[in-house]
Amino acid sequence: MIQPIVKARDLQKHYPVKSGFLKPSQNLRALAGVSFDLYAGQTLAVVGESGCGKSTLARLLAMIEEPTSGRLSIDGVDLTEVNNKSLSKGLRQKVQMVFQDPFGSLNPRHKIGDILQEPLVINTGLNASERRQKALEMMSLVGLREEHFQRYPHMFSGGQRQRIAIARALILKPKVVVLDEPVSALDVSIQAQVINLLIELQQELSLAYVFISHDLSVVRHIADEVLVMYLGRPVEHSSKEVLFSNPQHPYTQALLSATPQVATQRDRQRIKLKGEMPSPIDPPSGCVFNPRCQYANQDCLTTPPVMELYNESRVACWALKQRRIGDEKLAN
Amino acid sequence: MKNPTVVSKSLRVQQWREFWFYFSASKTAVAGLIFLIGVVLMALFADVISPHEPAEQYRQFAKVPPAWKDGGQIQFLLGTDYAGRDMWSRIIHGSRLSLLAGCVVVVLSLSIGVLLGLVAGYRGGWLDSLIMRVMDTIMAVPGLLMALVFVAILGPGLLNAMVAIAITYTPSFVRLTRASTLTELNRDYVTASKMAGARPMRLMFISILPNCMAPLIVQGTLSFSTAILDTAALGFLGMGAQAPMPEWGTLIAENRDLMLSAPWTVTFPGIAILLAVLAINLVGDGLRDALDPKLKRS
Amino acid sequence: MPLLEIVNLTVDFATDNGSFRAVDSIDLSIDEREIVAIVGESGSGKSVAMLALMGLLPWTATVSADCIRFDGQDLLGMNDKQRRKIIGKDISMIFQEPMTSLNPCFTIGYQLTEVLCQHFGGRRRSYNNRAVELLQQVGIPAAETRLNAYPHQLSGGMCQRVMIAMMIACQPKLLIADEPTTALDVTIQAQILELLVELQQNNNMALVLITHDMAVVAETAERVVVLYAGWQVEQRSALDLFSNPRHPYTEALLNALPERAQGKLLNAIPGVVPGQLDRPKGCIFNPRCCYVQDLCRQQLPERQEGVLCHYPLELDLKPSRSSQDMVTDS
Repeated sequence: MIQPIVKARDLQKHYPVKSGFLKPSQNLRALAGVSFDLYAGQTLAVVGESGCGKSTLARLLAMIEEPTSGRLSIDGVDLTEVNNKSLSKGLRQKVQMVFQDPFGSLNPRHKIGDILQEPLVINTGLNASERRQKALEMMSLVGLREEHFQRYPHMFSGGQRQRIAIARALILKPKVVVLDEPVSALDVSIQAQVINLLIELQQELSLAYVFISHDLSVVRHIADEVLVMYLGRPVEHSSKEVLFSNPQHPYTQALLSATPQVATQRDRQRIKLKGEMPSPIDPPSGCVFNPRCQYANQDCLTTPPVMELYNESRVACWALKQRRIGDEKLAN
Repeated sequence: MKNPTVVSKSLRVQQWREFWFYFSASKTAVAGLIFLIGVVLMALFADVISPHEPAEQYRQFAKVPPAWKDGGQIQFLLGTDYAGRDMWSRIIHGSRLSLLAGCVVVVLSLSIGVLLGLVAGYRGGWLDSLIMRVMDTIMAVPGLLMALVFVAILGPGLLNAMVAIAITYTPSFVRLTRASTLTELNRDYVTASKMAGARPMRLMFISILPNCMAPLIVQGTLSFSTAILDTAALGFLGMGAQAPMPEWGTLIAENRDLMLSAPWTVTFPGIAILLAVLAINLVGDGLRDALDPKLKRS
Repeated sequence: MPLLEIVNLTVDFATDNGSFRAVDSIDLSIDEREIVAIVGESGSGKSVAMLALMGLLPWTATVSADCIRFDGQDLLGMNDKQRRKIIGKDISMIFQEPMTSLNPCFTIGYQLTEVLCQHFGGRRRSYNNRAVELLQQVGIPAAETRLNAYPHQLSGGMCQRVMIAMMIACQPKLLIADEPTTALDVTIQAQILELLVELQQNNNMALVLITHDMAVVAETAERVVVLYAGWQVEQRSALDLFSNPRHPYTEALLNALPERAQGKLLNAIPGVVPGQLDRPKGCIFNPRCCYVQDLCRQQLPERQEGVLCHYPLELDLKPSRSSQDMVTDS
């Protein structure tokens, strides 16, 4: 049986936040209980608005930070059991990241060639000309030319910089690439080019993508599975087709409804969410979505719901569990 | 495929040309540079250029005014001091000491300051607090006073004066570096380097430090010029270079009593200090503009 | 008579590499109570054109036009003092980054009342009630207490609402919104856009929406102006534009959207927007156009029925594609 490349079980990440000189520090629960499996050649899209914890998840997967609790294994290796330096070095090469801001993700003082060769310098014993060769190969793979090798990042456009960032991410031949809003800062026509590049590379190199985005139209095109998050908690997880055709969680429905579409009917009924996302330092008790949810009842205010399987989606919602909404809604 | 060394040589030539293009865009910077080169050459070839020995005393020609005034002699272009020593020769030789003072002070304070600043910014926590409180303590005392204290402990002399001044300049480099480090630390490219497996040393010196250079260069050149000034001040107070060393500040100190009767003995060293400091500051501004790649357009 | 009439607006910037034409011969007329969207990617000049209208461009910019008339008054011929009476009062603009558009050193109440003070005179305190009213109008809860809040204490959506409140304080006839929701989350974006349309209807304003997001345009605008690299390539009603784009760029832009992808790959437009130094001869879109002909490479196109193209796409009759076809036909 094929093993998933990434196995996450109940990942949690808390940050202590000082609230005053003598007061005890509060807990910021940036991530509370995320679980999923990701296979090679697959794309998991993580969707949510700012403050939902998707960037925190990205940092955990990229091993920049450690989870407060929960288990994470990459390519069969459980991270909690890793304390061997060379093992963790090898692990690091398996997961790489592409960042959102094409202008900030490349060191402005280094030439492109140096930026691309840096991972090779640190991790491999290749000599200078071998490294240069590899870097040039990677550049042509993403559609850049040899003369770009000696240029500085500020001489490139946003789309080209993202290509360079992708080349840098792939140079160590990772198995998993975490893409944190990789095309959000790009124009539509350039977005399309970069997305096509990502799709082609995924096919060619059998990469697993964790694609973080708030742009649902892009997600709809590129994802295989979608995980919707709200305030650090997962609310819905299903395949792309099911999520977009039959969203179950009220937040997912509102999100889809709020997303503008080109092929639109002007007077369509929009699900309006009142208010704004609360602060993660002081989340609402029970289900964190309850202040904005039209189906909230007493249970929703007291106990947090758990992700359970409904038809083909995994959803965390009391209203669904109690059949007050959804396909199996009890007739009143 | 092109030979890598051939490619990199022509690239270096191109980089120098590019650097010069941006540097020369500022006329004042170029003027400053020319003057500075002149001073450096003067210092290097002091023995050859200077018409007299700096310590040679011409007793019969004491307090001779500059050549263009009544009573002046052509052999003593800028006049002589109280002991009959040629001012022009002493100023030429003094340039060596002033430039040396500037270099030593800047190199010392910059290297220690950058190191401490990087560590403080990168590590944070108690180490950061410790370093910054020590720096705050040094900054709390007026620079010259502090330098005097150090010189009093170490003993008067040019070298001790340079060390003392370097200590008083270190806090500003630490603060600048730490501030830049804190800003750059959260940038994505640092995270990307971390993900590639970079260790703290590499992150600090190769990834972050180059991005902190602009304010450091400006501060460095300002410090160079202020170091010359402070060395002169200490010399003036008798705590720096000791007579008969022809350091510019010491020159002014020696001839303090002649300020009204033989003003050329203090004016010309003063003008030398002024021009040198001005030139260095102009060059510093030009350097900063030329070295910042973000200002470049391709 | 249209509320705003711009004819042949051109903006040139003086740069190190010579003069750069950011906006080239734009014609725009907006009627009262109309919602017009100006669409384009980066480098299209959409923000520059509106900033030129407001007089907010730096000194390196040279603005020239045959005519810029607002409400019957000639804006071109005015001096700064006269223009300041109109800008901010009858024409207002809100910007993209709400967190940085507000002055972080002053409270919301101060900034709101300052606007009112500037245009209507009098003491600032006397406008407190009006400020509260405005905040309520834009949907900010607990408006009285918010007057003393600083911008950093508010979220992005709240800040943008405050900006909108500031800009409608003087009941402008024309509100220009420059990418007002790009920096905001999707659900907040929906709220803000709804608010803008509601205010536009209640206050009888004309609304100009500058954006790169075609979906937002489809949901909000009545008329659309499409810009590419400073040129105005198409201007039509929104319904017509989305069902039958007539300029190849508009068609390519719509096809590049993920929603319109057929098959695995998106229909990307090959190439990049020309910069200052690589402007092509003839039609500016010709290097990337899949319908390009020889004439396109040599001669500048004329505007025909709002479309700046030698061979505008007819409703169902498209000229045969040249060999520069787009790659992804699945």
